[in-house]
Amino acid sequence: MEDLQEKVKKQVHGSDVVLYMKGTPQMPQCGFSAQVVEILRRCGVTNYASYDVLESMDFMAAVKKYSNWPTNPQLYIRGEFIGGCDITTELYQKGELQKMLDGAGSKSDEN
Amino acid sequence: MEYEISITPGEVESILKAGLPEAEVHVTGDGRHFEARIVSNEFEGLGLIARHRKVYAALGEKMGNEVHALSIIAKTQAELGG
Repeated sequence: MEDLQEKVKKQVHGSDVVLYMKGTPQMPQCGFSAQVVEILRRCGVTNYASYDVLESMDFMAAVKKYSNWPTNPQLYIRGEFIGGCDITTELYQKGELQKMLDGAGSKSDEN
Repeated sequence: MEYEISITPGEVESILKAGLPEAEVHVTGDGRHFEARIVSNEFEGLGLIARHRKVYAALGEKMGNEVHALSIIAKTQAELGG
């Protein structure tokens, strides 16, 4: 399990925006994951790292353990845990998520 | 899809009320996905992550198991009043 914790840590710090989700952005396997993908799209984030926690039960457990958060999806910006679908949605509706994402390096140039 | 142990919204509500005795709690759901509206002045001064963690802590091991997904609206009285 320690190896998996190390793997998650590297992923979290490997990209400005990191999303752990069920399925892929192209084919989400859960409505909450789909919602976070949609919010990132609306924020103009075109280039982010997403990891499918359905890959294995051990991987999903490692992701939950790393953040000490019991559900997926989970969003990180610049290595900082932001939250799941509810929090991401609330921050987006308040306009705060857009500020957190601003200059994250993965925002598209057109935006 | 295998559905293991299931739990009712009423049971989730009771557990949350026991864990958050100061709070007003209302839970709806379908046995797997739930929505909890929780009003407590204990959320005062806490960020979103800390509020959710308090709610998750009240559910303990059930969160992520019987309670597959939980949408949380966690407010203080003052936030609702405004």
